[in-house]
Amino acid sequence: MGWIENRFEKGILVTSLDAALNWARQSSVWPMTFGLACCAIEMMATGAARFDLDRFGAGAFRATPRQSDLMIVAGTVTCKMATRLRRLYDQMPEPKYVLAMGACTIGGGPYAKYGYHVVKGVDLIVPVDVYVPGCPPRPEALMEGLMRLQDKIRKQTIAKARPQSAQG
Amino acid sequence: MREHGQPITTPGLVIPDPVNYDIGREKVVETDSDLRTEEMLINMGPQHPSTHGVLRVMLRTDGELILEATPHIGYLHRCAEKIGENVQYHQFVPYTDRFDYLAAMNNNLAYAMAVEKLAGIEAPKRAQYIRVIVAELNRIASHLVMFGTYGLDMGAFTPFIYGFRERELILDLFEAACGARLTYSYVTIGGVREDLPEGWVRKAGEFLDYFQPKIKEYNDLLSYNQIFIKRTANVGVIPADRAIAYGLSGPVLRGSGVKWDLRKATPDLVYDQLEFDICVGEGRMGQVGDSWDRYFVRILEMVQSARIVRQALAKLPSGDYRAKVPRLLKPPPGEVYYETENPRGQLGFYIVSDGSPVPYRLKARGPSFCNLSILNEVAKDCLLGDIPAILGSIDVVMGEVDR
Amino acid sequence: MTPQEICKRLCDRFGQGVLATDIAGKHPHAVVAPDAWRAAAEFLRDDPELKFDYLRAVSGVDYPKESKLVSVYDLISTAYRHTFAVKVETPRENPHIPSVAGVWPTAEWHEREAYDLLGIVYDGHPNLTRILLPEDWQGHPLRKDYVFPKEYNGIPCASTVNP
Repeated sequence: MGWIENRFEKGILVTSLDAALNWARQSSVWPMTFGLACCAIEMMATGAARFDLDRFGAGAFRATPRQSDLMIVAGTVTCKMATRLRRLYDQMPEPKYVLAMGACTIGGGPYAKYGYHVVKGVDLIVPVDVYVPGCPPRPEALMEGLMRLQDKIRKQTIAKARPQSAQG
Repeated sequence: MREHGQPITTPGLVIPDPVNYDIGREKVVETDSDLRTEEMLINMGPQHPSTHGVLRVMLRTDGELILEATPHIGYLHRCAEKIGENVQYHQFVPYTDRFDYLAAMNNNLAYAMAVEKLAGIEAPKRAQYIRVIVAELNRIASHLVMFGTYGLDMGAFTPFIYGFRERELILDLFEAACGARLTYSYVTIGGVREDLPEGWVRKAGEFLDYFQPKIKEYNDLLSYNQIFIKRTANVGVIPADRAIAYGLSGPVLRGSGVKWDLRKATPDLVYDQLEFDICVGEGRMGQVGDSWDRYFVRILEMVQSARIVRQALAKLPSGDYRAKVPRLLKPPPGEVYYETENPRGQLGFYIVSDGSPVPYRLKARGPSFCNLSILNEVAKDCLLGDIPAILGSIDVVMGEVDR
Repeated sequence: MTPQEICKRLCDRFGQGVLATDIAGKHPHAVVAPDAWRAAAEFLRDDPELKFDYLRAVSGVDYPKESKLVSVYDLISTAYRHTFAVKVETPRENPHIPSVAGVWPTAEWHEREAYDLLGIVYDGHPNLTRILLPEDWQGHPLRKDYVFPKEYNGIPCASTVNP
């Protein structure tokens, strides 16, 4: 959406286009398989029969970052893995989102105190949109995280940002 | 010494005939012309759908033929052994869940029994039966994940859905018992953390009745499927003596025909009072010790585990579910090495105590760590597409490789 | 065979090489000198009465008070089902132990891990490099005097809880 973004002021045309684009984007968030550790199993369970993630449109797990919208970082990020994680994030095309799943990605989790090789939180490596706490989070919690992300996408706009007044 | 970048000229190179290609590679076509080939270095990176976690395999190939497959591990090294030297014995139980996160009950069990042996604690009879029941149910759940993900690696999506459908029922049982779905910390030092709730035994029996006909469904769906057999039979054959030399354990070892199961060799808990068979690979679809054998051993083990659980449910006595263990456990100075039979192999704990509440040294021997070391030897002379088949049949979980 | 018999057989064969034994505790083991270890390993594996064909684990332990690093080998025989352990001690400043990767291929990865986390150098190992930690990691974490790093190559990894 390069040429159309940040070009027009908010108005009825832009708002309708916004609604349409955001509806399309939120209903087909394709995650990348980035399961690192135990949370990956709960992510697989969320995509499996009982807690079906496909009904949100998010069931097509892509193995390649080039075709995915969402990186669900599921599991502990270690120093050795951090560079690869950043590289994969850079390879994702815009618009891209990151969902930090599990306690380890939020602040190190159980390994926060004595884990010398653990990165204490994935937001030290990539910018995170949604945090889902739990160790591991239940599939229902992951779905709630996805719905929060959908809310975030719904609020996006392609209109020009309004200049802030002096009073704020 | 060949220079880097120079092509390999191999007169008389034997190429398998792509038209008449047979599993046993019997029909091959000899060529007597100079064929100039170059080696390729392919990186099967830490992020890959078929590596079952963060495993990196560096493949050196001659076209499609693998010359060398070197696994690089450590992408999930979470410093568990250093943590073990800094937290108390009871506090380390949740960390054992996260070694092999698909079989958390079995991990808890191995650690709890190692510490009990060190401290001289004995768990009451009811606790031992409950431990056997949850350990075997977790074995079924773990093998269901293997069944699902192996099918996924081979290109079949349905086994994944079927396997996880049954697994959810087992997780319901575990959630009723201890509140968690994946990382239970239920089996603890001295027994189990809480008693089984009302009606749990009946529900577990109902699950076993429901699960009984599912094995035939899995066999019809995947095990005897011609495509699956063509992809896994005669692939990644591990001879029995190499399996023992490399320290393999679990279904990988039994798939090579070695009748070695710690539950029968050194029985602990109440396994000597329960009847079950050791399942070994017999080479039904190809050679003994191929990927199909390792896979089918797990299917048979699910049947045996269901048998064990049924007997244990019938024999479950009443009584205490946990021995009296002090809150601040200070085992006498000494050391112990203890192994149990996990779904993936033998998980061993070597604990050194110096009399303080914190272990002096806590070493965990992960079964997948030893099982993965054979990859280089097994993958020689395989094709590139056989690597997921071999990795899936070894069934590694990176949590216990890297700890 | 009981641990006493195994120990006696080992001592009879290697006399000087066996420095100490401890069969009374829960982990019966013998302490073998580093220069006798390679031959002792082959004897343990090949002797028809012992037949320790399965190496379960190689653990490294750090004893800074006695200024030594110990490599513990746990063995089991699949034929006779008896277990035994062997410890090989080496000074902390210059730790060198002969590698048994040629005797039991299991040891290849286990010894690499002990080298990685504790710094014990195994002479004769085919590929003694770091296995769990990155190649350019500084220090050996399982040593008792290890200082937790604040960052690694620009990636912060300092503890967030009571640093």
